[in-house]
Amino acid sequence: MLLRHTPTEITERTALTINPAKTCQPIGAMYAALGIHGCLPHSHGSQGCCAYHRSALTRHYKEPVSASTSSFTEGASVFGGQANMLQAINNIFTVYNPEVIAIHTTCLSETIGDDLPQIKKKAASEGKIPEGRYVISASTPSYAGSHVTGFSNMVKAMAGMAESTGKKNGKVNIIPGWMEPADMEEIKRITKMIGVKTILFPDTSGVLNGPLSGEYKMFPEGGTTVAELKSTGDSKGTLALGEWCSADAARDLDKQHKVPCSVLDMPFGLMATDRFIDALRTIAGVSIPEEIAHERGQLVDMISDMHQYLYGKKVALVGDPDQLIAMTEFLVSMDMKPIHIVTGTPGKKFEKRIKELTKDMGCKVNVKAQGDMFLLHQWIKNEPVDLLIGNTYCKYIARDEDIPYVRWGFPILDRQGHQYFPTVGYKGGLRLLEKILGVLLDRKDRDAPEPKFELVL
Amino acid sequence: MRKVAIYGKGGIGKSTTTQNTVAGLVELGRKVMVVGCDPKADSTRLLLGGLAQKSVLDTLREEGEDVELDDIRKKGYGGTWCVESGGPEPGVGCAGRGIITSINMLESLGAYEESEGLDYAFYDVLGDVVCGGFAMPIRDGKAEEIYIVVSGEMMAMYAANNISKGIMKFAQSGSVRLGGLICNSRAVDNEKEMISEFAKKLGTQMIYFVPRENDVQRAEINRKTVIEWKPDAKQADEYRGLAKSIDENKMFVIPKPLEIEELEKLLMDYGLMN
Repeated sequence: MLLRHTPTEITERTALTINPAKTCQPIGAMYAALGIHGCLPHSHGSQGCCAYHRSALTRHYKEPVSASTSSFTEGASVFGGQANMLQAINNIFTVYNPEVIAIHTTCLSETIGDDLPQIKKKAASEGKIPEGRYVISASTPSYAGSHVTGFSNMVKAMAGMAESTGKKNGKVNIIPGWMEPADMEEIKRITKMIGVKTILFPDTSGVLNGPLSGEYKMFPEGGTTVAELKSTGDSKGTLALGEWCSADAARDLDKQHKVPCSVLDMPFGLMATDRFIDALRTIAGVSIPEEIAHERGQLVDMISDMHQYLYGKKVALVGDPDQLIAMTEFLVSMDMKPIHIVTGTPGKKFEKRIKELTKDMGCKVNVKAQGDMFLLHQWIKNEPVDLLIGNTYCKYIARDEDIPYVRWGFPILDRQGHQYFPTVGYKGGLRLLEKILGVLLDRKDRDAPEPKFELVL
Repeated sequence: MRKVAIYGKGGIGKSTTTQNTVAGLVELGRKVMVVGCDPKADSTRLLLGGLAQKSVLDTLREEGEDVELDDIRKKGYGGTWCVESGGPEPGVGCAGRGIITSINMLESLGAYEESEGLDYAFYDVLGDVVCGGFAMPIRDGKAEEIYIVVSGEMMAMYAANNISKGIMKFAQSGSVRLGGLICNSRAVDNEKEMISEFAKKLGTQMIYFVPRENDVQRAEINRKTVIEWKPDAKQADEYRGLAKSIDENKMFVIPKPLEIEELEKLLMDYGLMN
């Protein structure tokens, strides 16, 4: 009972977060930046930040994550980080020669007030940025928002590379939001089946789920290319998946380059995927291909075959807003009852949206934005659940309360597969369902008295 | 919209000058927003008729991150929008970061959007450009013209010279320019001539000479700008003049800060002339 000190009685807390359901902004910014081909993320701050953010990503993706740092010392905190940044840009292009340096700030550089756009201009005017190479930047103080905010800010910086030539490229921008490399691959598979030409950004597939080939590549094959990012300004539209992760970038493209955008939910589960597919179909002006209808049918089939094991099951969820919204809708659509839902990311509209999605469920729903896992645990103690879905940090709650538990979200530090098997789309829905049923039925088998221990379920 | 930042040594009369000038601009039919960037939160007192404003940072602290525009701005004299950034109590925290936070918040809430129909946004900034936070208003895309309030006293000129160094740094890579020096007279010897010469050496102009007049103090006691308190006062006309000069100003330069020796020599030359 590692969490035995968690009291059942819930008391109001204003100044204390216990077992946070979020992490630093730069982790999101770094992940997004890795979705640019040939990009070196750069952390503008002290070395410790960079080391932690790299290791957080490596522990989840099990891949090397290269990133550089401005290596602030006492001097830099007093005099500002401009000198370090300029030196870093020079060194990075000289030594590693990436196509893009994606700079994000840290709490320290934000507090001392370093002005990245100004430093970038200075670097450019001093000739420190070689021809055809780019430096983009995002402001990512960790004392505001969460890793999701940092991701969104960097995606916005990527959208800032867009140019409009006046000639449309016939493509659709898809901003996938924070999903696994395998999910991004799946998005590309789906769009290809429908026949929509897309620019997916960021795209970490092939970057953070690469093969072991015996050869180390500092800049792997995958990622959205600079040419593609520039071309996003000429696209005929943008589909942004997720209000928190992707909407800001899409709206910027609309504002700067008149590329119209629509913001959809992330396509996890049946209905969100339906809406995504429908949007793609409308853009392409085609009817839904047989293969996709087939995949959808399979998902619907499994839901109806197994409905008896899903019906009425209470679920606790923790994760990031865009993912949780789609997951909640998925669970509700299968007659499951997500009753405790927490995200560490701020945004009151999250609570509103979840309440809307669960309003016909006929039971009380606890939902909190900017909450923590301590609160989730207390809710569970007050009203137990049949299933817990969340990242690896949930394992303590799952173990103490003996709850069937599906790992889903960021980070997953103790299981594998998330890098390679998608959970988006209909196929991904099948995988989510497989995982959910797996733990529910395992539990049934474990707890069934001998006369009720069934061979066929 | 013109975005203007007012800098100058502490106590030189930046807030008073800003608010009186804004009152003058209002009379010219301009729509203005004043953003106080001073932890003391006293930059809009005369426009609001008292320290009635809840600062951005107080609002943030009490209401969390879901703040709306109307929570943090208040309508003052002549329809001006008044915002106080606020900040920590003396001796703790980081006031500079406070300014960064509040200006970012105003932007994300759309206070500067075209739909707001603003002709001017004024930033009234504390004392000197002491750290990155206090330079926030002159970052690229923020204030594009700076006026430095100065008097004929050595330390005020020294501060003005220092602020010019800050502007020079940001001007090299951005669009910020120095619009001129506003001389808020302390009635020292040869003040007008000395500041004119100082301005010339910086590569700019003395855009206006505001004479010393007790009506300013009297209006302040009444929590009003001179223009509101006593519209026919001579001093009210001076502020109208300053407002008009700013409104018509076309001279925007990258300043050339002086070496200390040069600055001291200027003071010697003019101070000892009699």
